[in-house]
Amino acid sequence: MGKFRDGGKKEVPAISTSSLPDVVYMLLFFFMVSTTMKEVDLKVKMNVPMASEIKKLEKKSLVSYIYIGKPKEKFTKAYGTEPRIQLNDQFADVKDIAEYIDAERQQKDEKEIPLMTTSLKVDEDTKMGIVSDVKQELRKVSALKINYSTKKKVRNN
Amino acid sequence: MARKTPDIPSASLADTAFMMLIFFLVSTTMDTDAGISRMLPPPVPKEEINDDQKIKERNVYVVLINKNDQLMVEGEPMHIGELKKKAKEFIENPADDPTLPEKKVEEVPFFGNYPVSKQVISLQNDRGTSYGLYVQVQDELAAAYNELRNELAQKKWGKRYDDLEKEQQDAIKKIYPQKISEAEPKNYGGKK
Repeated sequence: MGKFRDGGKKEVPAISTSSLPDVVYMLLFFFMVSTTMKEVDLKVKMNVPMASEIKKLEKKSLVSYIYIGKPKEKFTKAYGTEPRIQLNDQFADVKDIAEYIDAERQQKDEKEIPLMTTSLKVDEDTKMGIVSDVKQELRKVSALKINYSTKKKVRNN
Repeated sequence: MARKTPDIPSASLADTAFMMLIFFLVSTTMDTDAGISRMLPPPVPKEEINDDQKIKERNVYVVLINKNDQLMVEGEPMHIGELKKKAKEFIENPADDPTLPEKKVEEVPFFGNYPVSKQVISLQNDRGTSYGLYVQVQDELAAAYNELRNELAQKKWGKRYDDLEKEQQDAIKKIYPQKISEAEPKNYGGKK
């Protein structure tokens, strides 16, 4: 029972894991609150441009997305390398947009239709030709509220 | 006599929580959606297209982008870095320059009679213009408007435009309305 005893192996007490669930739950709740569900699996390369004068999109449920960009590598064999439109989970043509917007509208309440926004997620390197076609098509179906999706840029002047 | 219920083992609690955590990590994204909001003009029936609405040349600020991503503003080539400054000068027209937009005195709440400039920015791009530059130009023009609004808000109330009340914002919007008109795209550059 000496106070100074060397030699003699001392066991390190086991670390209590009883608080581990609490820690994990905390992380879980953090992620549940701060993230949103992925809308679709992207099939096109997407690198949206940067801009500073941006507004956050409110009411996610009222937003329909149109993706435009070059098909990802695994799709180039089937779809080529020219920029393509993606609606929901598949490649589409300009003429499919009217149908897509219509389908989106049918899921919503009638009075919410004027509030619906179309978010254009377009790759930086896309030419304006295809974007203009999409915009004309949106005008035809009177989906006039659009949003050019961008990343946040901090302006220094 | 009440029998003691045995304790539920809580050792697997961590595992369940981990599993849910991993599910959320995989199936969700962090990025919030933000971007430049615009309204498209309503569709016009073919028969009704006419050019009755003539706007004087001095009131229009013409911005052209060609297929090589070069900018031409009011007939002069320009670098994108200068666009915001030049656009602000055009919109505000502080010295009543006769080549810049005319002003019309209008009744604006909080400001009384205020000379409001009749500016319109016309943006035209080629089918071959890259989307990146197009957004950059839109951004510069929006920045020009926002800066003017901010400056006015600072002068009048000493606050940023975003911090103002709704009515005050509307008054400033009336003085600097954001008028960006986009022409139908033309194919200047030949075949794409």
